[in-house]
Amino acid sequence: MASSTSSVITLEINGEKHTLPVDHRTTLLDALRERLDLTGTKKGCDQGQCGACTVLLDGRRAVACLQLAVAAEGREITTIEGVADGDRLHPVQQAFLDLDGYQCGYCTPGQICAAIGMIEEHAAGWPSAVTDDVRPEAGPPPLTADEIRERMSGNLCRCGAYVSIVEAVARAAGEAAAERRVTPAAEAEEAVA
Amino acid sequence: MTTVAPGTGTHAPSVGTAHTRVEGRDKVTGAARYAGEVPFAGLAYGWLVLSTVARGRIRALDTDPVLAMPGVLAVLDHRNAPRVDTDYTGLLGTPPDPTCAVFQHDRVPHLGWPVALVVAETSEQAREAAETLVVHYEQEPHDIDFTGGRPDAYPVDGHMPGVTEKGDLDAALVSSAVVVDAEYTTPEEHHNPMEPHAATARWDGGRLEVIDSNQGATWVVGELANLFSLDPASVRVRSEHVGGGFGSKGVRAHQVAAVMAATVLQRPVRVVMTRRQMFSLAGYRSPTAQRVRLGADADGRLRALEHRSVSVTSTVHEFVEPSAGVARVMYDADAHHTANRVVRLDVPTPTWMRAPGEAPGSFALEAALDELAEKCGIDPIELRLRNEPDKGPVSGLPFAGRNLAACFREGARRFGWADRDPRPGLRRDGRWLLGTGTAAASFPSGAAPSTASATAHPDGTFTVRISAADIGTGARTALTLVAADALRVSVERVRVRIGDSDFGPAMIAGGSMGTRSWSWAVTAAAGELRERLALDTDMPPEGITVRSDTTAAIGALTPAERHSFGAQFAEVAVDTATGEVRVRRMLGVFAAGRIVNPLTARNQLRGGMIWGISMALHEEAVRDRASGGHVGADLAGYHVATHADVPRVEADWIDDADPADPVGIKGIGEIGIVGAAAAVANAVWHATGVRHRGLPIRPDRVLSAAAGAPDA
Repeated sequence: MASSTSSVITLEINGEKHTLPVDHRTTLLDALRERLDLTGTKKGCDQGQCGACTVLLDGRRAVACLQLAVAAEGREITTIEGVADGDRLHPVQQAFLDLDGYQCGYCTPGQICAAIGMIEEHAAGWPSAVTDDVRPEAGPPPLTADEIRERMSGNLCRCGAYVSIVEAVARAAGEAAAERRVTPAAEAEEAVA
Repeated sequence: MTTVAPGTGTHAPSVGTAHTRVEGRDKVTGAARYAGEVPFAGLAYGWLVLSTVARGRIRALDTDPVLAMPGVLAVLDHRNAPRVDTDYTGLLGTPPDPTCAVFQHDRVPHLGWPVALVVAETSEQAREAAETLVVHYEQEPHDIDFTGGRPDAYPVDGHMPGVTEKGDLDAALVSSAVVVDAEYTTPEEHHNPMEPHAATARWDGGRLEVIDSNQGATWVVGELANLFSLDPASVRVRSEHVGGGFGSKGVRAHQVAAVMAATVLQRPVRVVMTRRQMFSLAGYRSPTAQRVRLGADADGRLRALEHRSVSVTSTVHEFVEPSAGVARVMYDADAHHTANRVVRLDVPTPTWMRAPGEAPGSFALEAALDELAEKCGIDPIELRLRNEPDKGPVSGLPFAGRNLAACFREGARRFGWADRDPRPGLRRDGRWLLGTGTAAASFPSGAAPSTASATAHPDGTFTVRISAADIGTGARTALTLVAADALRVSVERVRVRIGDSDFGPAMIAGGSMGTRSWSWAVTAAAGELRERLALDTDMPPEGITVRSDTTAAIGALTPAERHSFGAQFAEVAVDTATGEVRVRRMLGVFAAGRIVNPLTARNQLRGGMIWGISMALHEEAVRDRASGGHVGADLAGYHVATHADVPRVEADWIDDADPADPVGIKGIGEIGIVGAAAAVANAVWHATGVRHRGLPIRPDRVLSAAAGAPDA
C-alpha cells in the first residue's frame, strides 16, 4: 500500500518483474537482500566505498547501496543470480572459479558484476586513468593487467585475492574479445601470469 | 547389506594437487549464504547504539519517544537487559573481553561503547530509531595519547612471556663494533573483513540457535553458554560461510545483543554491525612503538639484541600485541632482551589481527637488520645467514626444521638479487627512484585439540564432519583432500561439512593452527574408518561412523621450536615529486610444511603479502584527541590496498617436509604478511636513501623526509 512513507513499486530483476511495497528509505541493496531474498548481492559498507554490492543497472555497473529502491523502477537490474545462463556459468564466473579469483567469497558477486560491466565499458571504448591514448578514434586500448587493475579498483577484496581476480578478468575478457573478433586480451593474461 | 570397498593401494594422492574450491560454484553464483542472509519467519532487526563520549557514565536514555516510533519492539540498555556472567575462562584460556558483555552497567570506557540495542520490525525502522535515541552522559576527561615513552606502560604475558632476558646487554653493546639503535612505530590497524559481523539468534524448542559469522562455532558456543549460564549442549552456532575474519570474528557485542533480544522478545533477532561500528566493536591491531638495539661484530655477527615493544589496551581488558616475540625465534645473541608492554587508555580493546606480534614486530626487527647490513657493508641476505641460530634463541629447544636459508637462496635466485647494487638512491626510471628490499619471515606452527567424525555411507561416499571454519582459507577444500587421502578414495566421494558446533569441539580458524589441527583430527577419524572398512565390509543402512579426538596425540608432541619460515622480496618505485610509493613486484618464498592445495595456498600466501603492502603504504586508523574517536572510520578514511595498488605478487614454496611430524602440514594464513612491510620499507630506503621507521610510508612522509635528506 502506498502512503507518505511507502510505495508499491515494480522492479525488473534478472528479467523477472517483482511488485512489492517498500519503505521510501529502502535502498535497492536492502530490497534485494531483505525483501526479495536475493542475498547474492553483498553489503560490505553500505556507503559506496567497497563495491561488494555492485549490480548492473541497464547493463552499467552501479553500487546498490547508494540507490533507493523506488528510484530503480523502470531500470533493468541484473544481479549475480542473473548472470549465468541457466546451469552454464557466465565466462567471468567460470574464470573466477577456475583461477581461484576469491577467498572468502564475500566481495565476489560484486567483483564479477563489476568485471562484466567493465569488459563492456572497455569494449565500448571508454578510457581509464591509465589509458595512454584517450582520443575517441584510438578505440579501446589493450586490456592490460594495469588497465584491469585501474578499472576494477572500486571493488575491494580484503583477503587480497587481487592477483587471481585480475587473471580471471583477463581470461574472461579475452574470451569476450575473441567472440567480438577485436583486439584479443591475451596480452593481459600473459602480463599477469 | 551393501558392501563397500575402502580405498585401494592404487589411489593417487589428492594432497599436493590443485583443486578449485568445493563451494566455489556457490560463491560465484551468489548462492552461498553468509550469516546475515539466512531467512527466518518473524525476523526482527536490532541496531546497536554506541556511545559518543570516550569516558564517563550514562546518566539517562530517552527511550520513551523511541519506543513510540513505528515498528519499534524494544530498547535494551543497562537498566533492562538480561544479566550475563563474565567470570570464566574461555576456550583460548583467557577471560572474556567485557566489551562483549553488553548493557551490564552505566560505565563508558571508550567512544563507540555499546549503550543500547533498538529492535524493530524492519532494519529501516531500527536504524532511524537508534539514531533518534538520545543518551545523556556524565562525561569525564579521557586519555588516548599513545606514545612509546609512557611511564605507565607495564609488561604483560599474553600467549607468551612478557619479558625475556639473557646476558649483559649494556656490556655487549659497548663491546660491539657496530650498533643500530632505532625506534619504529606502526599505527592502529583494522581487520575490515568484507563481511561485517552479523548474527541471527533464536530460541528453537528450548535450544538457542545462532547463525553467525565467526572463526570457530564451538568457541562461540562456549562463550555464549558461559555468558548466559546455559548448558553448552543447548546452544548451537552455525557459520557455513564466513566473509573473512583475520582475528576479528570471535564473540562480540552483536551476538550477545542478538541473544538478549531474542530472549526478551521470543522471536528471531538479527544484529549486523555497520562498517563504522566495526571500528570500535570488532577489535583492531594496537599501534606499536618499538625500540630495537642491535650490536654486532664487524662481520655482522650479533652480540646484542634488544627488542622492546609498547602497545595499547583498553581500561577493561588486557590484550598485548607481542611484537618483540619474533626476535625470540629469529636471531640469537650473547645478550638477548625482549619485552612486550602495554599502556591502558580510554580506547576499545585491541585483539588478534593477522600475525599478531609478528606483523608489526617483523617490520621493526627486519628493518633494523637492514640498517645493520648497511652499517656493516654486508649484503642483507648474507647478514641473516650469518646469524642463523642452531636452536631456539630463548627456549634453547631444537628447531623442527628451519628452512629459512633455503627460502633466501631460492628467492634471491628468482628475484635476481645477485645483481643488486647495495648503494641507495642510484636507480631512476623517469621521475621514479627504484629500489629493492628483502626481509625474513617466521610464524609459529601450532596445533590444538580437535574432534572430527567420518562416516562411510552404503552408496560408497563418505561424510566428514568437523566444527572447522572456512573464513576464505580454503579449509573446506583442503580438508576434503586430506580426508580423501586418509580414506584412499577420490575427492568426489568425500563430502566435508564444517561450520556447525554440533560437530563437536575443534580448534578455531586462528593462529595459523586451523588446517594443521583439523587435518590431524580428520586424518585420525578417516584413517581409522578405512581400517574398519578393510576388516568388516558389512555396511549397515545408516553407515559406519568413526570419531577422533587429537587431545592425547597433541599432548604427546615432543617440545620443539615449530615454525614456518619465509623470505620476502619487494621492488618499489618512489615518485620524488609527489612522494608516492608504488610496489612494482613482490616475491615471497616460504617453507611452510606440506602444501595441501597449491591453488588456494598460493592465493592465501599472496593475500598475506598484499596485507604487507597495505600495511607498509596505506593502513592507518587516526584518532582525534579531542573526541577520543576515529577520524574517517570507514573504507574511504581507512585505506586498504585495492587492485591498482597491487602489482605482480608471486608466492611460492620450497620442500619443507618433516617426516617426524604427525601431520606435516603447517599453517599459511599468517606467514605471508610477516616481513612483507619490512621488505617494502627496506626497498624504499634502497630507492631513496631515507629510512622510514614509521608506517605507513605516506606521500607526505616521503616528501618531508626527502626535504631533509641530502641524498634524496
